[in-house]
Amino acid sequence: MTDIRTDLSYANEGEARFGDYVALLKPRVMSLVVFTALVGLLVAPGTIHPIEALAAIIFIALGAGASGALNMWWDADIDAVMKRTARRPIPAGKVEPGEALGLGVALSGLSVIMLWLATNALAGALLAFTIFFYAVIYSMWLKRSTPQNIVIGGAAGAFPPMIGWVAVTGSVSIEACLMFLLIFMWTPPHFWALALFMKSDYHKAGVPMLTVTHGRRATRAHVFVYTLALVPVALAAAFSSIGGPVYLALALVLNAMFLKGAWDIWQRDESRAEADNYATEKRVFRFSLAYLFLLFTAFLVEAVLSRIPAYADFAARLPLLEVF
Amino acid sequence: MAITREHELHKRRSSRNVGLAVVLVGFIALVFGLTIAKVQGGGTLQAFDHSYRPALDPDNVRFQQR
Repeated sequence: MTDIRTDLSYANEGEARFGDYVALLKPRVMSLVVFTALVGLLVAPGTIHPIEALAAIIFIALGAGASGALNMWWDADIDAVMKRTARRPIPAGKVEPGEALGLGVALSGLSVIMLWLATNALAGALLAFTIFFYAVIYSMWLKRSTPQNIVIGGAAGAFPPMIGWVAVTGSVSIEACLMFLLIFMWTPPHFWALALFMKSDYHKAGVPMLTVTHGRRATRAHVFVYTLALVPVALAAAFSSIGGPVYLALALVLNAMFLKGAWDIWQRDESRAEADNYATEKRVFRFSLAYLFLLFTAFLVEAVLSRIPAYADFAARLPLLEVF
Repeated sequence: MAITREHELHKRRSSRNVGLAVVLVGFIALVFGLTIAKVQGGGTLQAFDHSYRPALDPDNVRFQQR
């Protein structure tokens, strides 16, 4: 007779399924990374073998996923408190923190080395820096210490198109920097719009979001000012080799709409926002996603149209931004 | 109760095992494809190894092409 149960089901009621490990890699963030990296890769001058391009995108996405797993490992305590993140695999008890750490470290190493082998050393180094920036600089340091966390941390999300570009060209150029800056400047108004209607979450978790440290009035002003700062960056890209008339036209319309939305957020007071359940803030947040998607799609459209001689002649009338 | 071949544990972990198998097969296929692409790319298959190699000498290659 023994008291050891051979029925193991009791011990692993919350046992992780494959999907839980996938969830650690933040697939929704990954989809944005894949899209922007793909655009960076496709609009870059030069050629790359399709298999190498596929591998580059997969390993850039995997690197982003690895940093997501490291972020979830480090932020498990915060995630458990916030309603938005409480169902993530670690706070839900499906994946052990150590497993997330192991997966994050292993995939980081694998993705960096494989991207290097598939493309070039600079692309691999940039991916390594991106993972380091997101996991260490943003998650471990900035997120809990300064309301500027997402301003500086936004750089991590801005690197993928630059890495895609470098995977083809082997070097950084003004176009790659403009794509980087576009996402970098877009991140603060995007996240502060989210923070305005997810108000209790960050407060409960003690994350020093701008809404918590400087108040909601200041956050509304910041959304507008940062959107204002985003506009010249978005328009400057039109005058680089990846931009053109179609991009310029779209950027003018989208930036006007974004500015109008940010102005609306600034002009609203809390009682009005609460009365309509933050309808404007939610609308601007959703619009900001479409904004980035459409501008990067416009880069792709320009890359296709520039192969048509008549359009290329027309586009050549725009002054070209040449810094280096 | 003995752990039979079709224990409940196997069913419970099947999604993990199948998922991992798919990932590994995909990784192997990708590395294989990359190898083919790199070889077909026609990059220099020889490298400097401390002895003179005429095929790596641009002057020598130009001379032979004349």
